[in-house]
Amino acid sequence: MTPPAPPLIELEGITKVFGTGDAAFQALRGVDMQIESGDFVAVMGPSGSGKSTTMNILGCLDTPTSGVFRFRGMEVQALDRDQRSLLRRRYLGFVFQGFNLLARTSALENVELPLLYRGEKKSVRRAAAMKALDQVGLAPWADHTPAELSGGQQQRVAIARALVTEPDVLLADEPTGNLDTERSAEIMHLLQELNRGGITILMVTHEAEMAAFAHNIIHFRDGLVERIETGKDA
Amino acid sequence: MFRMFGATLLLAMREIRRHLLRSFLTTLGIVIGVAAVVTMVTLGNGVTASVQNQISSLGSNVLIVLPTRGSGSQVAWRPFKEADVTAVSEQIAGVEYVAGSVSKNVNAYHNGQVWQTSVRGADMAFLLAQSMQVERGRGFTSAEESAGKDVCIIGQKVEQQIFVAGIEPMGETMRLANVPCTVVGVMKERGTSGGGQDEDNQVIMPLKTVQRRFTGNNDLQYFVVKYASGYSGTAVQDALVQLLRQRRLLQAGEGNNFNIIDTAQVNQAVSAATGALTAMVAAIAAISLAVGGIGIMNIMLVSVTERTREIGIRLAIGALAREVRMQFLTEAVVLCCFGGLTGLVLAFALSFGLSKAIDVPFMFSPMVNVLSFLFSALMGIAFGYYPARRASRLDPIEALRHE
Ligand SMILES: Nc1ncnc2c1ncn2[C@@H]1O[C@H](COP(=O)(O)OP(=O)(O)O)[C@@H](O)[C@H]1O
Ligand SMILES: [Mg+2]
Repeated sequence: MTPPAPPLIELEGITKVFGTGDAAFQALRGVDMQIESGDFVAVMGPSGSGKSTTMNILGCLDTPTSGVFRFRGMEVQALDRDQRSLLRRRYLGFVFQGFNLLARTSALENVELPLLYRGEKKSVRRAAAMKALDQVGLAPWADHTPAELSGGQQQRVAIARALVTEPDVLLADEPTGNLDTERSAEIMHLLQELNRGGITILMVTHEAEMAAFAHNIIHFRDGLVERIETGKDA
Repeated sequence: MFRMFGATLLLAMREIRRHLLRSFLTTLGIVIGVAAVVTMVTLGNGVTASVQNQISSLGSNVLIVLPTRGSGSQVAWRPFKEADVTAVSEQIAGVEYVAGSVSKNVNAYHNGQVWQTSVRGADMAFLLAQSMQVERGRGFTSAEESAGKDVCIIGQKVEQQIFVAGIEPMGETMRLANVPCTVVGVMKERGTSGGGQDEDNQVIMPLKTVQRRFTGNNDLQYFVVKYASGYSGTAVQDALVQLLRQRRLLQAGEGNNFNIIDTAQVNQAVSAATGALTAMVAAIAAISLAVGGIGIMNIMLVSVTERTREIGIRLAIGALAREVRMQFLTEAVVLCCFGGLTGLVLAFALSFGLSKAIDVPFMFSPMVNVLSFLFSALMGIAFGYYPARRASRLDPIEALRHE
């Protein structure tokens, strides 16, 4: 047997303090977690418990105040801004509650964007973006702008944009927060399918029905991991 | 890198098109600044060329010597004499020849018509030094000059006024006051001289003829000194001053009662004057461009604020700070380049029209156009840098929360 590979993601005693002095607020008070490659994890917890803060740190959009964050065994908590951007554009895909697509820009161009920053040439970008749109079932809508798409469709474009770089991890902060139950279920089925294809998924949600799609559920409370529910395996 | 640049350029164009009116108004300062500079420089060059053209018609390597009243002293006005001319040509090194001239207002009569003109006494050497050319017919022979024959070369205006159009006047006899003379040539058209005299409205006769039959003495109104090209104008001028002071019996301390005009110096003076004018215009244009630049900066800051969310998205999907900075910088530069280009087109139309209107040659200068264009691009960098840096320093999480 080869020695066990390090977990894909490892957090040890992560804290996050916003503001300074009297206004200082400790949003995270020592978060520990391990995510294995291929996991599908849901993050739940009351509003303000630090879920988004954790996701932003995992997504390298933010840095912890203290603690260790290992990605594939490498410590990334101290990386500078540009290095975090490079890590993000190579290994991470991010999906937001508010979709965050570029307005007045076609679905195809939105999906191409991360590849543009990677310096891919146009033909490669086109092909990969079309493939990603096809994966989320939106190939026929490629030249529609966000304003011409429904909320569910917009979120699927956003997922395609996160997928197009073939990331190791898909981070989704309340991806169904703005969608009705039916659209939400569609998105969850899509994520489940993608996870079966091998991508690791970490998803924040308020709703137990959505969390039920995940293998494990991490419960947050007051800036700490309260408990971990280990459910079914893949 | 290059691929990224192409995409950035396209994006900038699209963003500018999206706010076409706003973009146009923003660049107005630059449009006006560039148009002003290029128009003024083009016109200035035209004026300089036109003036220099007139000056070079006075001839090069030529000094013009005129008697004057001594400045503020009791030195009497004294005309020059033939002997002065002889002395100058014999005693000053470098002088090729000296030629004097007189003129007098007279009426010209021919074919029952009368015309007010002037008669100028001048030999071929004088005409040569002043670059005055005979267009048709011939000049005076030296025999005619030394004998003081009654022959004349007429200006074009005189020809038009009292001769029959279409028939060559050569060989005809006309009368100046009561002196009859035979036309041997017609001068080339010359326009108005620097002194304001219409050089096409005159009749030229040999100097001796005019002195004998019109002025009654051998005084000279002024004379020109042509010196060899190997000699410096100032050296010849100094020698000339010394000799003339001596011949005109001026005491030390008395001012010169004559004046020497060096065409090269006039040339320099004109260049200096246009140079000063150009500098002034440049200063005004610089102010206009600075105002334009601040306009660009302002609109770019507005744009960064409006597009905070877009910036957040780009940063979140992996854009580097410098890539975002490049995007906004490119936009500012493209905006300024459009302004510069519009300014150049405007300047072309303006300077073309104005140079026709004030009758100077249209001197399109590729150099000035290229420099102005590059300068407007530079303005984009200078005034776009701060907003672009601001965009690149946004925190992605906060930018995404921005509504
Ligand atoms: N940039 C910030 N500045 C100050 N406080 C913040 C900031 N971001 C989050 N917080 C606070 O940190 C706590 C955790 O926020 P968050 O992680 O967004 O919670 P949630 O679990 O609802 O996603 C909240 O009380 C929030 O007000
Ligand atoms: Mg949240």
